[in-house]
Amino acid sequence: MYSIRQFVRASTLEEAYQTLIAGRNNTVLGGCMWLRLGRRAIGTAIDLSALGLDQITEKEDTIEIGAMVSLRQLETSALLQQYCGTLFRDAVSGIVGTQFRNTATVGGSVYGRFGFSDVLTALLALPAQVKLYHRGIVSIEEFAALPYEKDIIECIILPKRKIPAAYQHLRYQATDFPVLTCAVGLLDDTYRISVGARPGRATLSYSGAAPDADAITQGLKFSSNMRASADYRRKVCPVLIRRALEEVQSCR
Amino acid sequence: MQVTISINGKKYTRLIEPDMTLYSFVRECGCYSVKCGCETTNCGLCTVWMDGMPVLSCSVLAVRAEGHEITTLEGVLEEAKVFTDFLTAEGAEQCGFCSPGFIMNVLAMKRELDHPTEEEIRHYLSGNLCRCTGYMGQMRAIRKYMEVEA
Repeated sequence: MYSIRQFVRASTLEEAYQTLIAGRNNTVLGGCMWLRLGRRAIGTAIDLSALGLDQITEKEDTIEIGAMVSLRQLETSALLQQYCGTLFRDAVSGIVGTQFRNTATVGGSVYGRFGFSDVLTALLALPAQVKLYHRGIVSIEEFAALPYEKDIIECIILPKRKIPAAYQHLRYQATDFPVLTCAVGLLDDTYRISVGARPGRATLSYSGAAPDADAITQGLKFSSNMRASADYRRKVCPVLIRRALEEVQSCR
Repeated sequence: MQVTISINGKKYTRLIEPDMTLYSFVRECGCYSVKCGCETTNCGLCTVWMDGMPVLSCSVLAVRAEGHEITTLEGVLEEAKVFTDFLTAEGAEQCGFCSPGFIMNVLAMKRELDHPTEEEIRHYLSGNLCRCTGYMGQMRAIRKYMEVEA
C-alpha cells in the first residue's frame, strides 16, 4: 500500500521543482494509475494539474503535448491525427480502458520509461523532444536512455510536419500489457524504428534510409518474463517491424 | 487536510488524508453504488464521472477531485433507468456487481460518441469487466438502447 504524507498543488513550475528537490521522497504525480499497486512512501506529492499542462498546442513550427495531457486526448486528438496519422490512436487504444486512459498522463508514461510503455515506443519513432524544467530540451531517445533524476517534464515537442508513421504491437489479450511493441516513422527519407516491451524500456533501434527488419532485430537485446521468452520476442520482432514498415510505405 | 468536493451537485467538506482515493471519499459520502473490484485498475467497477468524463475512482486521489464535479450512479438515476430497462429485458445481468460502473460508462459513451459502431462500443467499454454474462446480453441491450436514444 502506498502512503502520502503531504499534498501540494503547485501554482508554478518553479514551486513544483523546488518542492521536488527538497526531499528524497517527494514525487511529482502523473495519472497515479500504478500508484496503488506499489508500496511507495511519498513525502510530498506534487500535483501539476493547475499549471495548464493538459493541452495539445499547435505552435508555428511545432506541436506541444503538455505533460498532463491524458492518453485519451492523445488518442482522439484531430491535430495529432492530421500530422502523424493514426500512430497515437493505435499506440494507446489498447491500454486498459477508456476510464484508465482518461486519467493516465503522457508525462507519467514518458517519465516512468516503463518497459511496457506504448507511448514511449510511439514517440521514439518521431523526432520528438522532451522539455524538462531543469535540464532543458533533450531528444526523446536521449531522455529514454537517461537514468531517473529529479526533474519535471513540461511537454513533449513534435515537429509540425506530416510524418507517415505506424504502430504495431502484440498482446495476448486486448487491454493487456504488450508482449512486444514497435513503431516506425518516416521523415525526409529517414526511417526511425523503435522497439519496446523487449521487455526492457523502448529504444530507438534504427535510424536510416534502408531498414532491414532481420538486421535490426539482431542488434536488439531481448529478455524473458512471465509474458514471453526472449526467443519468442526475437521471432516476433521482425514481423512487427515489417508490418509497420509496409504500413508507412503505403502512406507515403 | 480539508477538501470540498461536489458530488452529484452537492458539496461535501471533509478532513481527509492526502492518500485517500476518490473511491473511498464517495463511499463515505453515501454513494454506495461505487464498488471496488480488481484493485489493479482494470475492472471498471469504480467508474464515476469527473466533469462528465468517466474515470476510475480507485486511482484518483480525492484531493485531486477538489474543484471538479463528480457524478455517480446516484446522480443519474433517471437516465440510467432508461438503459437498465433494456439490460433487464435482455437478461444481461446476473450478480449485478459490475453494473453501476458499466452503466456509468455506457451513459458516458452515449454522450461522447454519435452512432457508435459495434466495434466502437466494444472498444469504449473494454475497461468494464463482467465475470457473469459473457457480454452478449449487454451488447444487445446497448444496441437497442442506442437505437431508441439516437
